[in-house]
Amino acid sequence: MDIRHRNNIHVVGPEDAPVLLLAHGFGCDQNMWRLVVPVLSARYRVVLFDYVGSGGSDLAAWSEERYSSLQGYAADVVDVCEELDLRQAVFVGHSVSAMVGVLAAQAAPERIGTLVMVTPSPCYIDDEGYRGGFSTEDIDELLDSLEANYLGWSSVMAPVIMGNPERPELGRELTNSFCATDPDIARVFARTTFLTDSREDLKGVSVPTLVLECEQDAIAPREVGAHVHAAIPASRLVTLDATGHCPQLSAPEATAAAILDFLESLK
Amino acid sequence: MCRTGGVPEPAGAGGEASTDAAFTALLEDSAEDLYESAPCGYLSTMMDGTIAKINTTLLDWLGLDREAVAGRKRFADLLTVGGKLYHETHFAPLLRMQGELRGIALEMRRKDGGRLPVLVSAVVKHGTEGDPLLIRITVFDASDRRAYEQELLRRRQEAERARAEADEARRQAEADRARLADALAVLQRSLVPDSLPAVPGLETAVHYHTASPDQLGGDFYDLFPVAGDRWAFFLGDVCGKGPEAASLTSLTRYTLRAAAHHDPDPASALATLNAVLHERYTGDGNPRYCTCIVGIIEPDGEHGRTVVRLASGGHPPALVLRSDGRAEFLPTPGGLLIGVVPGAPIGTAETVLAPGDTIVLYTDGLTEARTGPGRDDLYGEDALHAFATDHAPAAPDEVITALTGLLESFGEGLDDDTALLALGVPAAPSLIDPATSHPS
Repeated sequence: MDIRHRNNIHVVGPEDAPVLLLAHGFGCDQNMWRLVVPVLSARYRVVLFDYVGSGGSDLAAWSEERYSSLQGYAADVVDVCEELDLRQAVFVGHSVSAMVGVLAAQAAPERIGTLVMVTPSPCYIDDEGYRGGFSTEDIDELLDSLEANYLGWSSVMAPVIMGNPERPELGRELTNSFCATDPDIARVFARTTFLTDSREDLKGVSVPTLVLECEQDAIAPREVGAHVHAAIPASRLVTLDATGHCPQLSAPEATAAAILDFLESLK
Repeated sequence: MCRTGGVPEPAGAGGEASTDAAFTALLEDSAEDLYESAPCGYLSTMMDGTIAKINTTLLDWLGLDREAVAGRKRFADLLTVGGKLYHETHFAPLLRMQGELRGIALEMRRKDGGRLPVLVSAVVKHGTEGDPLLIRITVFDASDRRAYEQELLRRRQEAERARAEADEARRQAEADRARLADALAVLQRSLVPDSLPAVPGLETAVHYHTASPDQLGGDFYDLFPVAGDRWAFFLGDVCGKGPEAASLTSLTRYTLRAAAHHDPDPASALATLNAVLHERYTGDGNPRYCTCIVGIIEPDGEHGRTVVRLASGGHPPALVLRSDGRAEFLPTPGGLLIGVVPGAPIGTAETVLAPGDTIVLYTDGLTEARTGPGRDDLYGEDALHAFATDHAPAAPDEVITALTGLLESFGEGLDDDTALLALGVPAAPSLIDPATSHPS
């Protein structure tokens, strides 16, 4: 199987530089990183990809069975690492991808040497002694919102866009194409993202880890950031003066600087 | 201009005056008033979502006070929790990447706990340097539209469910059908031998054509040793198809096998079968019958010849292909269908197979294959005789190969099961099993 095509892999930056693997979360695709890539790729080799089912990935490779657990997404990460023969790469995962990175680092420790978790949450649902911020009813509401917004998705246009990643002008015919996803696939990704409890997996993290959180984040509030930081002994917690769940878009300079500072500190 | 009735106005008088008054009133609809009382909601927020300005229409829709909102709440705070999740994962990133968004369906929370389905469009206002300054958001009440969409969605989900159920039912039906076909194949194999035994001094060949893989065929044959170095064989055709025919075939086959062991006369084996079928099926008011040829082979080792004695009940005559190139039917006159009447007459015949001779038994699927559009356009015994003459002399496997090709050439015209059995004495002297030719 052609992993480069399947996961829509793009690589930028100096060839001999250490590798940053940027993984998008639930919602959109690798375009989420567009504002930080110019800064990061000046000093690192930056690898971008889409999980199967998102963005410009090969939808034919998607299966509900594989992508109904975070292990399926972690398998995508390992596949990408093996395809590019990455060793000791820095995995930068946004939102749910932070936990996917934890699983991938455990599955292929020789591939991933450092973790950067951007607004992570190991569990979105409230539990005894833990406040994730949401109830299962809230997640059902999100699924309703997904149903109500196909975001320009059209089964007629999709093959045109997906099948012609080299002709982005075709995609412009659809607005919101960065987040355009087959609604059935989006529903599975949403359920997997928001209903998985990965708190136990945090205990297994042994690589140097940066936890990046935002001052104000409706999805991953600060107490969740503190929980992640406390659960990973070898972690550093940085709170960005930013609002929202996507600091790489709302505060790209600060986000990139925090990542670069952390990596510098490891040298 | 549209008049809706009333007293006609004097021409050139009050008409112009009232139009002017209407325009004047419109001009007094200030931009500020239009903003506040527009038939849609307006919001302006900072880039972090903090609401800087909100119009009266939206405040009224939501039942909120301006003081509680402006500078205090973010746009996402006005949404349901699910909407807030959607805002963070889709709305905000898209707005950052594209600079604008159109027609996003969200739900806003009313102060009284109710929900307001809305359609939201947003655009980022940039400063002169191109830096994002604020977000302008327009909100349309979409209650009716959303109710309709929900209805469409519900119908779609119902249709998808129904399709999934239909798919599952079809898969189940296919699985059942496959299981049934497997069971039928096993049963069918039990009605004819897996392979023919090796008969000393004889060559044998067989072919069985099944008209429908979904149905058990009604043709049968067998070849087996009986006492005194003799061999018995039979080939026949029971009435009907399917499980009932299979049950009749099974009874017929095992009755003939037992009877042939008991008495080496083929006619008495058939007489036994006739009595058994008549007794078994006539009583329940559902007579079932078959046509059949039974034969006994007695090898004559010294002369390389083989004596074949045949008995037939209503079955098409056997065909003999002689070593000199002739072909002849072996009539067994007088035989009746087996199982219809008690003590049914049975026709008999006897022939000697010399080296190079082959005897062929067949069922009427062969002779009644359709060769034309008419009901009477059947292949027939004359054509079969001519075909055999063309091919004689021929060893059993050659005859069966030729006849198999003939069956295939009928195509759709071959609509019945067909069994073919050929037995022949090898033309060249063959090694005869020492156990039978030289008893110690």
